[in-house]
Amino acid sequence: MRTTFPQLLLQHAAQRPQASAMREKEYGIWQTLSWADLAALVQELAAGLHQAGLRRHDHMIVVGANRPRLYATMLAVQSLGAVPIPLYQDAAATECVFPINNAEVTFAFAEDQEQVDKLLEIRAQCPQLARIYYDDPRGLRKYDEPGLASLDELQAAGHAYVAQHPDFFKGEVAKIASSDVAAMFFTSGTTGNPKGVVHTHDSLLNRARAGADFDKLTSAEEVLAYLPPAWIGQNIFSYAQWLACGYVVNCPESAATASIDLKEIGPTYYFAPPRIFEGLLTSVMIRMEDAGALKRRMFHACMALAQRVGPALMDGQAVGLKDRLLYALGNVLVFGPLRNTLGFSRVRVAYTAGEAIGPDLFSFYRSIGINLKQLYGSTETAVFVCLQPDNQARADTVGVPCEGVQIKVADNGEILVKSPGLLKEYYKNPAATAEVLTADGWYHTSDAGFIDAHGHLKIIDRVKDVGRIKGGAFDGAMFAPKYVENKLKFFQHIKEVVAYGDGREKVCVFINIDFDAVGNWAERRNLPYAGYTDLAQKPEVYQLVKECVEKVNADLSNDDLLAGSQVSRFLVLHKELDADDGELTRTNKVRRGFIADKYSVLVDALYAGKSSQFIETVVKFEDGRTGSVSATLRLDDAKTFAPVKAAA
Amino acid sequence: MSDKEIGDVILDVKNISLSFGGVKALTDISFNVKEHEIRAIIGPNGAGKSSMLNCINGVYRPQIGSITFKGQTFSHMDSHQVASMGIGRTFQNLALFKGMSVLDNIMSGRNLKIKSGIFAQALRLGPAEREEITHREQVERIIDFLEIQAYRKTPVGQLPYGLQKRVDLGRALAMEPKVLLLDEPMAGMNVEEKQDMCRFVLDVNDEFGTTVVLIEHDMGVVMDISDRVVVLDYGKKIGDGTPDEVRNNEDVISAYLGTSH
Repeated sequence: MRTTFPQLLLQHAAQRPQASAMREKEYGIWQTLSWADLAALVQELAAGLHQAGLRRHDHMIVVGANRPRLYATMLAVQSLGAVPIPLYQDAAATECVFPINNAEVTFAFAEDQEQVDKLLEIRAQCPQLARIYYDDPRGLRKYDEPGLASLDELQAAGHAYVAQHPDFFKGEVAKIASSDVAAMFFTSGTTGNPKGVVHTHDSLLNRARAGADFDKLTSAEEVLAYLPPAWIGQNIFSYAQWLACGYVVNCPESAATASIDLKEIGPTYYFAPPRIFEGLLTSVMIRMEDAGALKRRMFHACMALAQRVGPALMDGQAVGLKDRLLYALGNVLVFGPLRNTLGFSRVRVAYTAGEAIGPDLFSFYRSIGINLKQLYGSTETAVFVCLQPDNQARADTVGVPCEGVQIKVADNGEILVKSPGLLKEYYKNPAATAEVLTADGWYHTSDAGFIDAHGHLKIIDRVKDVGRIKGGAFDGAMFAPKYVENKLKFFQHIKEVVAYGDGREKVCVFINIDFDAVGNWAERRNLPYAGYTDLAQKPEVYQLVKECVEKVNADLSNDDLLAGSQVSRFLVLHKELDADDGELTRTNKVRRGFIADKYSVLVDALYAGKSSQFIETVVKFEDGRTGSVSATLRLDDAKTFAPVKAAA
Repeated sequence: MSDKEIGDVILDVKNISLSFGGVKALTDISFNVKEHEIRAIIGPNGAGKSSMLNCINGVYRPQIGSITFKGQTFSHMDSHQVASMGIGRTFQNLALFKGMSVLDNIMSGRNLKIKSGIFAQALRLGPAEREEITHREQVERIIDFLEIQAYRKTPVGQLPYGLQKRVDLGRALAMEPKVLLLDEPMAGMNVEEKQDMCRFVLDVNDEFGTTVVLIEHDMGVVMDISDRVVVLDYGKKIGDGTPDEVRNNEDVISAYLGTSH
């Protein structure tokens, strides 16, 4: 079925006009927009944009949180054959300059005053940016800037235009081919300028459909839209699949209320990166620690049972009658209420992706009866490459290739993908396009991995990051930094890890503690601390971290391939790694090279065997001002283990 | 849409003197507040700023002088009538109901506007229920305005101080005041909280057209957001004018920095 986004909108509006399309919580009440309302809104916005001069193939950025009018604007832009480009709403103003100029953007949708201010700040650098429309007028009424207008005004102008040209909208929609460009996504990129990933209606909708078929999604699903719209995952789950299936997308009241709204909506189809699942689990565990003794004992007894039989039940394996009865009791007493508190009572399918998920974390959710699975994909593949079928979810794989996808592993271990969902190109960057998309149609993922005995794909690390240990006891052994970092991050007290070891004789790591978890841990031990920096340097905290590192080392020593990646030395950083300081990408991935440069004194000190090192770091606050943090950091050793050779 | 245009005098304070026994708190103070403006009252500790606000909303009765509000002149304000006349205030030391939710605290600010009786409300009679719904709508707008949706059902006592200050402002806004008296709205806040609060005060003034009279110690804040400033020292007025005029006033400089004689 080849179609386009606006055509799907018109179909839903014609076939089931009164069905709910979108909800937004406003003034404490969920306000519903039906498909007919939405189509009318989109038509008016499209007419308004047309009058303002937006034409086929023009580009319009949309910046803001999930709101019905943001998605309506994207649809309106697509209806005119123009291309919406969602940008991250928390990006600094300067980060928006490149995408705007690279894509010759002339029109912008900005959610509110904050986003408008950002765009006005960089206007001198982006002279072609002629028109800016804002959704929320608060604080903006005194602004007198050329080309700045409210979405209400745009809609009113469109309303008048539609009255005069009633067939305009349908005519415009009919002109769009499914092979036309539908949207562009700028990838954050760990190095260099971001790249604009160009997708067509075909590529996005084909993948949306494949994913929906795989999990048998229907128009009855409820989805909460709470992740940044600029991220392709959010776009697939709350836009492409929304239009492909016709289900209901719910927009939270504000970012801070997402967890409350989640509970109220009770989504049936849910997606979150591992860190969100981790955050939820941490909050449950902290609240359980504070609960009464009886509740705590009941919780722990039930969870022990769930750990034992829950995953087997989820995977559809045979479980003894006694265990099944006990589990049913646990379900009434603990699991059911817990799912309800988390907002997962009605979840039929939940996915996690983007990062590796810890085995304990993964099995926790499955054991309490939530069908959590993993998938594999990226911006360039319109998400769906591999998915885990129900009953086959594992923590260490990312599933089987889904419909239409071919996978092969190159000689250097890189995973290559052929799929109808591949990007058309990187915008105005044929060199980069040629690098990832070879003439024979294979997309080079730059992930290293392999297909395991069950036909599931397993990812180890980025190809370029996989290195070799040079010299020392593990000379020539493989070093997979991400693999090591993830193993450490699976401990609840550790938030971020940066591992070094390529071309060196041993592996050393920087560690960021999780302030909430370690803070709570310290409070329960009556360990006083003044703040993050102070807590991070406590000897007790070092001991805690050391135990984690040594557990990972013991685990790694069992792995033939990766025994050489054991961590010899570590330190706990004095500040949290932050995207505002350039240390993380906007999707919260560590930028290893950048961090190595910035903290080169620390890396050198670790390898020189020192036991302490002074460091001063410049930090950037949210409002753009800078300050500095300084500390003398402790450097510590960890025990490594002799590799256990697998029995022949 | 309220394009901010400063209007006529809405509150006129004339020759106010207030003393407690032999202690003169205020001596012959006169100043006026115009519609839509943000008027700051500043001065060193003990200058009589809070006393001045207390005279305006009827907590204290000045011995001499008069206060004219919206064309009506009073020798002293009646604390019971002030609120219904359209003067709202927040407090230097919060006076919220700690055990009640944010929603209920702000709802309590609408007390004066609720017409139905206690029994009609308790029995949830039709008219009473409809009335409650309209009031709730108004309260929800304030919650949205102050961006405290995530704490709607949270007991106020559990909130951090900066948020409690915001709830206090919300309750004052709930009575839809013409004039809002803010007693040190930014006291005890960190820089970020102060910036937020400044934005809210400016937005209240801009969106609702509310006239604001505020006492504040943070000079940066006062000079940034006020239209006019009146300066008190030892119960006497020593300066009155725009932030720039006040900043260059010799008496004000010596009151704050001291002078060499």
